[in-house]
Order: sequence, then C-alpha cells, then structure tokens
Amino acid sequence: MAHQSLADAETDGARPRTLTMPALDPSPIAVFTGPFTEVHATRLLWRAGFGPRPGQARALAALGLEGAVASLTRPAGAARLIGRPPHGADGRPLDPINVWGDDHCWWLDRMVRSDLQLVERMTLIWHSWFATSIEASNAQLMLGQNRMMRARALGNFHDLLIEVTRDPAMLLWLSGTSNTKYSPNENYAREVMELFTLGADRGAYTQHDVHEQARALTGFRNDWSNSGPTNFRFDPSLHDDGMKQIFGHRGRFSWRDTCRLCVEHPLHPSFVVAKLWGYFVGTPASARDARGLAKTYVRSGFEIRPLLEAILRHPLFYDGPRMVIPPIVYTAGLLRAQELTITTDDWAWIGEEAGQRLFDPPNVAGWDYTHWLDTSRWAGRFTTVTYALQDRVLNPNAKSYPMGENASHALEKALGYWGDPPLSAQTRANLLAFSRRAGQGITADWEQVTYRILRQNALRALIPTTPDWQTC
Amino acid sequence: MRHELQGCCGGFTRSEAIRDALAAGRRRSVREWDPRMPVPAGTGIDRRRFLAGAAGGLLSVYGAGRIGLSSRLLGEGIAEAAALQGPASPVLVSVFLAGGIDALSVLAPVGDPLYAKLRPTLAVPASAGLPFTEDPRLHWHPSATSFAELHNAGKVTVFPGIGYSSPDMSHFTSRHYWEVGATETRLATGWLGRYLDVAGSPTNPLQGLSMDGEMNPTLATARNPVAAIDRPEDFSLWLNGVWGEVFTWTLDSASALGDGQRRSADPALAQVAQAASEVGILRRALAPFRDANGNAAYTSPVSYPKSSQGDFPQRLAGLAAMLAAGLPLRCVAMTTDTQFDTHSAQEQMFDSGLTVVADSIAAFQADLEARGIADRVLVHVWSEFGRRAQENGSAGTDHGAAGVSLLVGTRASGQMVGGWPGLTNLDANGNQEANVDFRAVYCSLIEQWFGDDAGAVIPEASGFVRPQLIR
Repeated sequence: MAHQSLADAETDGARPRTLTMPALDPSPIAVFTGPFTEVHATRLLWRAGFGPRPGQARALAALGLEGAVASLTRPAGAARLIGRPPHGADGRPLDPINVWGDDHCWWLDRMVRSDLQLVERMTLIWHSWFATSIEASNAQLMLGQNRMMRARALGNFHDLLIEVTRDPAMLLWLSGTSNTKYSPNENYAREVMELFTLGADRGAYTQHDVHEQARALTGFRNDWSNSGPTNFRFDPSLHDDGMKQIFGHRGRFSWRDTCRLCVEHPLHPSFVVAKLWGYFVGTPASARDARGLAKTYVRSGFEIRPLLEAILRHPLFYDGPRMVIPPIVYTAGLLRAQELTITTDDWAWIGEEAGQRLFDPPNVAGWDYTHWLDTSRWAGRFTTVTYALQDRVLNPNAKSYPMGENASHALEKALGYWGDPPLSAQTRANLLAFSRRAGQGITADWEQVTYRILRQNALRALIPTTPDWQTC
Repeated sequence: MRHELQGCCGGFTRSEAIRDALAAGRRRSVREWDPRMPVPAGTGIDRRRFLAGAAGGLLSVYGAGRIGLSSRLLGEGIAEAAALQGPASPVLVSVFLAGGIDALSVLAPVGDPLYAKLRPTLAVPASAGLPFTEDPRLHWHPSATSFAELHNAGKVTVFPGIGYSSPDMSHFTSRHYWEVGATETRLATGWLGRYLDVAGSPTNPLQGLSMDGEMNPTLATARNPVAAIDRPEDFSLWLNGVWGEVFTWTLDSASALGDGQRRSADPALAQVAQAASEVGILRRALAPFRDANGNAAYTSPVSYPKSSQGDFPQRLAGLAAMLAAGLPLRCVAMTTDTQFDTHSAQEQMFDSGLTVVADSIAAFQADLEARGIADRVLVHVWSEFGRRAQENGSAGTDHGAAGVSLLVGTRASGQMVGGWPGLTNLDANGNQEANVDFRAVYCSLIEQWFGDDAGAVIPEASGFVRPQLIR
C-alpha cells in the first residue's frame, strides 16, 4: 500500500520544529503594518492551517508577521506528525484504502498532526479547486491524487495542472479515459476551463473551444480488472492528432497544449488570483491588488508561493471581515486545541453531516466556501463538538466536585479549558447567563455535585459552538 | 468499485455508502454511555421546568402527539404561520434531477426515424415503455412507468422541451439560472426564496424547507428564515455528560447565542448565528417525528420503494407526514439521490436512478391522497438541461439544451405544454431548442398555484406568456 506518511517523521512532540525565518521577498501589494499580536497569529493559524495548538499562537506572534508567514510558506524538510498515531474506535489501525471512511480519518489525522500546516491546508484547497470524488474511483486513486497535490501544494500551478489532467482519479471523474478520437467527450474540456483555469461567463472561451479542447485531450485510457480501474496510460492510437483551433490559435494540439493554452490565456492569472484570494480573505481584492498579484504570478512562471506570501501579509487578511471556518478545519482545530488525535472512525459520517466529507466534494465545483452553514450543518457541527469532547467528558456520576465553583468560576474554568479564546462581551454574557441558570437549577441534594459537573461539561461544549469560535 | 458511476462528471449527490453510514452514525448517536441521559434532544426530563424556562417565547412540543400534533405546541412563529396559512394553503415541492437528465430517454421518440440514427446504441426500443398518450411518437422510458401511469390518470403536466434561449451548457451556470429563476449569474437568492421574502413570514423557518441535509439554493432568501434537514426524524442534538434540564438549557443557550448575533454586521458571524437561532425552532417542531431511539415516530399509509442509492423515498415519506401534521411548510426543495449526468453508462443510470425517482414520487402522491391532502401539494420535477441529441460514443450523451420537466399533483392541468420540439430543428451544437421558458412556468406557479404576483419575484415577469398549469 502506497502510504503518504512513509516519508514523514512520527514524533511525540517533545522536540518542536525549530522555526527558521528565511527572508520573504517584498510583497507586490500592501502589507499589514500594525502590531502582530496573538490575535493576528490566531487568525493566521486558522486560515493558513487548522487552528492553534495550546501556546502556538503566542509562539507564532513572537516571530513577527514576516517570520510567522515564512514559517508557514517556507517549511524545511518533510512533515513531522506530532502526537499519537490515529486509530479507529476499537483501537484498530486505520486502513484508508480498504475501510469506508478511513480515508477521511487518515487525512484528518494529518491535518491535526502535521507540522507543515500550510502544506496541508493548500492540499485541501487544491482538493476543492480540482474537486474529484471517490464516487467515480476508489480510495487508492484518491490517495494517490492527494499525495500528488500535497507534493505540489506550494509549487507551480502549470505543473499541478499537468499532473491533475493525467491523474487517474480525475481521468475517471471527468471522463478523460472515455474521451477518444472516435467518440470525443467534452466533460474535462469544459471543466478545465470553467472551473480550474479561466472561469465561466467571462468571455474566456466558447463552445467551439470546448469542442476543440476535447479533441486535444483525447488518448487517455485505462483497463478494468476485478479489483477496479488499472493501467492508466496515454495511447496515441486513440488521440485525435488533427488540426485544432483553440482560443484562436491553430495547431495539432495535445493534452499538454490544453494545459499550456489555459495557463497562457490572458484571463487565467486574474482567475487564479481571485480564486486563491477568496480562500483566505473574506472580501474581494481591490482591482489594483488583483493586478499586482497577477503580475507577480505571471513573472514567476505561475508559482503559487509568492501569491500566498503576499496574501498572508495583506492588511485585509488581518483587518477584514471574519470567515466561517470550514467544517473539516473546525474539526481538526477542536482536536488540536485539546492536543487530541484520531481515536474514532466516526469522523467520516460526522464530516458528511457537517458538510465536508473529504474525498467526496459535493460536485466538480468543490465546496462552496461562502455558505457553510444552515440548520442541518449547524447540527453537524454540534455533533462534531460532542465527539471532540467525548474522551474528556467529566463523569456526572463522580462522588465529589469542588463545591465552591459558582457560575462565573465555572465559565472561567471552561474558557481556560479551551485556552481562553477571544469572545465578544455579548457571547460571554450569554454563557454566564446559562451558567447561572444551571446553578439555579440545583434544588435537590444530589444535584449539588451532579449539576456542577453537567454544567462544566455543557460550558465546554457551548464555547466552540458560539458564532465567535466558528468564525475567524 | 461503483461501475455505474464511472461516467459521471460531477457527483451532485451522496452515495449509498455515505447515507448508510450516516444512518448508522445516527443510530449510534443515542448513547448508552450515561444511563441518565435517555431523553431525546429538545425535550427534557422535567417538563414543568422546561416549559417555564423555554427561551425566546417558544413552547415545547415535548409529549405532543405523533402526527396531527397541535399547532399550539409549536414555536410561536410556526404556530402563527400555521394558523395564518390554514389547512388548505398550497405547498410546492421542487425536486431537482441533478446533472441534466436526457429528455430523449425520459420521453423517447421511438416513432421518429432520426432517433435511431442519432442514438445507435442508446435508443429506447419501441417495444419498451408505455406510450405517451398526448403524442403517439413518444414513449415513456420503462423506468418512468410510474410517471406514465400518473399521467394517464391526469395528474402530470409535461413540458417536453423546456429551457431558455441562448442555453448555457455548464451544469453550474444552467442550474443556477433555474435555481434563481433568471438567466443572471450574479443573483444570490433562489426564486422560491424571493417568493418567501415577499409572501412569507419573518419567524417561520419551516416555510422554506430544504430536505437535502443542506440548504437548497432554490430556497435561498435575502431576509426571511428557511431551514435544512434530511428526514424529520434525523434532526437531533446530544452531548455526553449533559442531560435532563441542563441539556435543555444548554440547547436554549446555543440558540440564544445565535439570536444575539443573527443581525451582526459581520456576514460570517451572522451566518453561524442565524443557523444556531433557527435550530432552536426546528428541534422543537420536529421532536414529535422522532422516537427515543432516533427512528421515525410516524407511519406512512402507503409503502415507499427501497433505494440502494440513498433515502430519497424516505425523505418524501417524512415530508408527507410533516404536511399531514399541519407544519406550516410552503416551499420544499430536494435533490434526488441519483444524478443524471450520463456522459457514459447512461442506460444503467436510468434503470437504477429514474425508477426510484418515479416510483417514489408516485408513492408520495398516493400517500398524500390517502391522507386527504393531495389537493394542497404540487411537485415540480426539473433538471438543468437536456442532453445532446447525438450520443457521444461512450454509451452516453454530452450536455445539451432543452430538457424535460413535470408537474405532478391532483390539481396539475394534465395537459402537455409546448409540445415535443422534434429532432429536425437542432441548434448549432446539435441540441434541441426550448419551446417553453422555465421562467414562464415559475410565473404561472406563483400566480396560479400560490395566488400571488410573479412580478415581485421573477425578473422581467411581464415578458413571459403564462401557460395554464392548474386545474
């Protein structure tokens, strides 16, 4: 079994990675100039990673803005997985290839434990950008794609597009191996332009371009064995090598030309900039900033890292409106904040309920990062909290509990449990009102101990369900 | 390996495995961990205290009857809406066949010689399926026999060539047009959502109910609340180590935290807060539909088909029970479990997918009739486009333009609208051209079904000639 973590070092976390601070290039756009505090570092860790571990925001803040960003964008060496390896509910090791749901849990574990947080976060972004679903292939091919995207997470977009175009899971998902010169299939041809590189309704391409791109993309094939799809390859005898006309250019174009023509299209840089920006900042870039980023992108030869280093330093990243934390980031963050790792395979169905089942995006357009919540998804996040706390729940049947813990003590203790997250005054007041109400509920003798424990458990659950916590 | 899905270009729906696992997870969600935590979410051990302490003026539905629960036990907004609506108020159910279902297979032109030429491997044989009584050239696909029977009983209005001019062959763009009720990419509210903003209530999230387990864009509003669930019995919340009245207060507090910030100027805070706030209303309204083990606390007077693809039939069964109970639903939206983006393996997709869809909707119709509420409900079945007339060589078809849509119900006119567009006048891309605009149908539904003004909901409504859809 090809396993991503072979190259990674397992560690107990006793020796944290030394934070090196290579100098960043000057940003082509505005840079945040205010004091870089723990609050800013916390936002950076939620948006460019999977939330802070205890003490991590303070350590990152001490590096200053440039150092903090560089520690994420210029990691040295292979990922280290910190903490206890994952296992299923019965203690069995995860088997992501063969057991339903373990693929989800396996990647969630990396989000929780990897010390290359931005690499993992960008892998998640590419998964949504080039959204491919396990429903068209299998876990082995999906994990192969995942490994490919992780290796190129901060790399070159053109290289990534080439690898995506010939990726077996993608070839199945968007009919690449059904597309032959005898029977062209437009599936990938349309989506590579609409969703991956150029965007719909911008005048970037016509139906004629879709048709001709489909011809250029012909020639991939695979076999089917008893164990599923196998032997993916390019077969020249199935490729249409005739003349094509794409974006006004004429030539005997191939699938590599499809990729090249897309990234060289004049409307490609602005598409990449707007889409990448949208994953990190809750309000669109100004036209001027977008142009600056696009210029940098083209000059670098389609490199992603310079864009990230500019976006993660931009004032709007820190001053701009809050963003809803995606469900899988929310889940990983709850575990990271408690220094817990994966101890149940329930995370797979919980991910679906909360609106983000890894390797199974809702459609080829990926997840909608602007609409994570509705009543059903909110309930899924509540379930996420329930499971994230299950190993740490205080037993209400305990014989004793500190009887001096009044309503405000209880709230302070619960906030301390989560590392004193920044909450609005209104939210604190609401939580305190609950704490008082639970205290007033104590009437019978047996409730003196039990209700205090119920209250503490409840407060620990309520804090991460607040709108303050679910956004960053 | 799910061979039947290999031809999909976008999985719009969730797989059987996920549905099964979800169901299994939910069953597990009633824990044995703590013997003193047996009460379902939203109820509470001590009813007196719960009722006395319920936040936001909402009343508990704890202990209410199963179906036929009284509206006085619902949340005030819901109760008020139910009272205002009255028992005869119309309900529209939007059923989305995602992926672009092939109209030339749903209603196969077996009598047209061009059909066999365009579909050398995929043509539905003339011997298969029931004839479409309004146009003898067409036969219903054998998987759609339930639709044929409903149509023969006068309960289906068929649109054999529906769409819009300058068709967009992107799933996402075309679907978006249908969802928002305009050929406008930047519109952010759904056409039913805008209707609810105009004619709905500021306090009743059940008025616009997505049953996809996530919000259905058709229902997206700018102002008034709407809600998303799977089946009514699936909606539950629980915690380890918190039970009884403390748990009830915990949920009240979670909702109060939402109430406090739902009008926040920060859109992200407002998004989370609105959901939290509406969860409080929903969990009370839906508690009677769920027993202590998390199973349905209602029964259906008819049997629904079993599906290996998901719970579409059971979602419809839950909907019928909610309607019969008098919950103030007005617009409901759901997506089928199967998607119909048949770039390859088209026949298998039809055999498995369309059969479940047609049989489920027929069961839902029979259910409503058995409960005596069929005259209140109309089902609108639609897809974002039809498919290319010429098959593609991978035993499938690529994205097309005009498609097929249906209205099902005892009050549907039963008269075909627009007629079959034929195969001789294909557009430049080889697609059938629409002869009925979907927005004209929306205008008719708002005016003839809901009795309201389409001009306030559909952009440029005055430009569309309304077909008569309701008897």
